[in-house]
Amino acid sequence: MSIDPKSDPKRKIAMRAAKEIKPGQVINLGIGIPTLIPEFLGKDMSLTIHSENGIIGAGKSSGPARADRNLIDAGGTYITTVLGAAFCDSSVSFALVRGGRLDLAFLGALEISEKGDLANWIIPGKFAPGIGGGMELAQKAKRLVITTTHATKNASAKILKKCTLPLTASACVDMIITELAVIKVSRNGLVLKEISEETDLETVIGLTEAPLIISDDLTRF
Amino acid sequence: MIDKVTSLDRALKKVKNGQIVMTGGFGVPGTPFCLIKGVLDKGVCDLTLIKNEANEAGLGISLLIEAGRVKKLITSHLGLNARVIEMMNESLIDVEFFPQGILAEKIRAGGAGLLGIITDIGIDTILCRDRQAAHVHGRQGLIEPSLRSDIALIHASRADRAGNLIYEKSARNFNPLMAMAGDLVIAEAETIVETGQIPPDEVHTPGAFVDHVVLIETLMPEYGVLKHHVH
Repeated sequence: MSIDPKSDPKRKIAMRAAKEIKPGQVINLGIGIPTLIPEFLGKDMSLTIHSENGIIGAGKSSGPARADRNLIDAGGTYITTVLGAAFCDSSVSFALVRGGRLDLAFLGALEISEKGDLANWIIPGKFAPGIGGGMELAQKAKRLVITTTHATKNASAKILKKCTLPLTASACVDMIITELAVIKVSRNGLVLKEISEETDLETVIGLTEAPLIISDDLTRF
Repeated sequence: MIDKVTSLDRALKKVKNGQIVMTGGFGVPGTPFCLIKGVLDKGVCDLTLIKNEANEAGLGISLLIEAGRVKKLITSHLGLNARVIEMMNESLIDVEFFPQGILAEKIRAGGAGLLGIITDIGIDTILCRDRQAAHVHGRQGLIEPSLRSDIALIHASRADRAGNLIYEKSARNFNPLMAMAGDLVIAEAETIVETGQIPPDEVHTPGAFVDHVVLIETLMPEYGVLKHHVH
């Protein structure tokens, strides 16, 4: 299956992001693009989805027939649970995150730096809905994958040498997945691992402010 | 026999202007709508509210905020309440944000009689600005003072007359933490059973933390499913 990044960038990103999940992992799906990831997971994939509001073992959306007034995910959507799920209070929920039991988190971004710094919670004076669970997820998930459109709507770069917005956490990002590229954060800088079938190197480099190290085994996705 | 069951009016008798009030709930689940309506009807003002979020416009604590009864909100995220964000931007309310799990932990610490916690969350962010640094285990951390309140408003699925509480599904969230951190803890319950009907192993919040239990006479529409979140 191939999704056109121009017409449906979010699903293109979600489809690629799904490949980062390994069976048996405990994962958290941030709001926005990450919530589209389950659509692209194999039916038999066994994994545990953590939701910040105290669900360990979240399932699919409930739909109207099964909506339970006491069962939502952290974004407010009525959901179901999977076999073996557990409910807990907000303290226990974040003990799981900060204590090192969360294998993988997916979050969105406003800016990402070449060192893997992430800014996604505030644009001073313009956008300040609060911190939520993002800071703890960014800083403490064992692996953090950013799912974001490659550039802003005005084609300004989001992947920068240095973040200009207040940080969510520093040096926390392991991988960036956009509709155009898969970029790994390494000690030497950002390594371009994959580009989408529908783009070319010049486009990706042109929309990225931070320098990119082109991988020897650059592939298409 | 201990009997903590009382009327809404009696339970809220000590709620006064200028108090700090903690409210359980994460979205609709666990929000004590009945107690919040009681506080609204009582007309108290200058409140400092502590809640994970501000519900949504026209619902729960948003009603108290929109009515101008709240001077300060201590919270984690307001993404689903554009009206309160607008009030914050217009300086009609003072809002203090904390990382969600840190807010939970500050409340838990308050309930546990601790002065604060030390955490490395936010260490490289603007949160450092107004926090005291601390060094533990050779690492740098930030001191987050604990949080307590004059009043804690709790929503339980089931209570017994002794005040033992059980929460349901994702309605647990901040409720058990806040039930330990209020000087006066008021719980509303959908069902109240005789003491002994809740097996001790199944109690989420021991009754010793709870001062008053109020029966929710009828589940108001606010407690129901929000259709715009059904997908």
